[in-house]
Amino acid sequence: MMDRKKTLAAIARHVTDADIVLPVYSTAFDWIDIRPHALNYLSHGAMGLASSHALGLALGRPDKRVIVLDGDGSLLMNLGTLVSTAEAAPKNLFHFVCENGTYEANGGHPIPGRGHVSFAGMARSAGHKSVCEFSDLKIFEQQAGAILAEQGPVFVCLKIVSSGDQERDYSRLHGAHVRKAFRDALGAGGLHSQNSTSQSRSARGADQNGRGS
Amino acid sequence: MSVSAGAAAGLSGESIIREIKAGGIQFVVSVPDITTSEGLLRPLAKGTDPRLIRICKEDEGVAICAGLSYTGKRGLLLIQQTGLLDSINAVRGVAVEYQLPICMMVGLLEKEVGVPPRQSKKYGVRIVEPILEAMGIAYHEIEEQADVAKIRPAIDKAFADSKPVVILIGQRPS
Repeated sequence: MMDRKKTLAAIARHVTDADIVLPVYSTAFDWIDIRPHALNYLSHGAMGLASSHALGLALGRPDKRVIVLDGDGSLLMNLGTLVSTAEAAPKNLFHFVCENGTYEANGGHPIPGRGHVSFAGMARSAGHKSVCEFSDLKIFEQQAGAILAEQGPVFVCLKIVSSGDQERDYSRLHGAHVRKAFRDALGAGGLHSQNSTSQSRSARGADQNGRGS
Repeated sequence: MSVSAGAAAGLSGESIIREIKAGGIQFVVSVPDITTSEGLLRPLAKGTDPRLIRICKEDEGVAICAGLSYTGKRGLLLIQQTGLLDSINAVRGVAVEYQLPICMMVGLLEKEVGVPPRQSKKYGVRIVEPILEAMGIAYHEIEEQADVAKIRPAIDKAFADSKPVVILIGQRPS
């Protein structure tokens, strides 16, 4: 089992300024501290839909890598996405799922099927050809770069340790300023750099949602 | 309430597809709907422009169209009203609260030809427009051939205003 922040840091080392990244819930808060960037797509509107937003982005911008940092509870809400993405087969889509076995943003309750469900197995059965699973951080650190150099769609299950229930400021994900910054950055060719104020730690905007759904 | 089916002229699927293309739609994202199955979805599936993306559930499509909209590409979600009802939360969060141009073409399952949706005998049809009004979503009824001319302006307005729109298909296009 891997520490989430260290696991995300291993991904971040291979993410460029041109890449679009869609992290969800607890992962999103860790991610925007590791990689504060206007091309983080943070506002998904309803639980489970990040990978579907990602499919739209990947189809619309085939010149860019689109990287989803999903959760296991989120994926369970939208399992059809595995089939739809495999069918559409965008070469630039990378779907990582952080499996911690809990709805961490909603009280830490266990997901159904915890410990028995194989997300990698479901992805394979859905038609994904490039699927892998990691529970050892050192091995993942060695392979993360190669995974992100593959032709998509790629599905990766990351077995991580839950960080427990945490209070979060969701305006950092759902605020209108976040979406505007993303749109501006993408429209500008994704050249925004890390000094974007859109994901600053100060809470601006409204949209104080928990689950966002 | 009088619910007598009026004489409604037929609806040309070919002309609807022409309007979709004229509206700049590059991707049609769809779960099959029996009202639009033969007249719209099947001919769209034979072509490559717009590209058809088949999905498993309608709320996926709301998010896919959202992602497309950020890239400057226009998507159209082609579904049945049952799927619209199933996707209310995604429409609420993604389309309405985020003010995104999610264009939905919705076949009205079991709507009687020539009968306005609100006067349908079918509960599942009657409730659609009031729900859209409650959510503040613009909608247009496409029941007769003359209505087809509403499609392109509706799509253009959705993208100009960055707001969702629903285009209700009231009878099976030929």
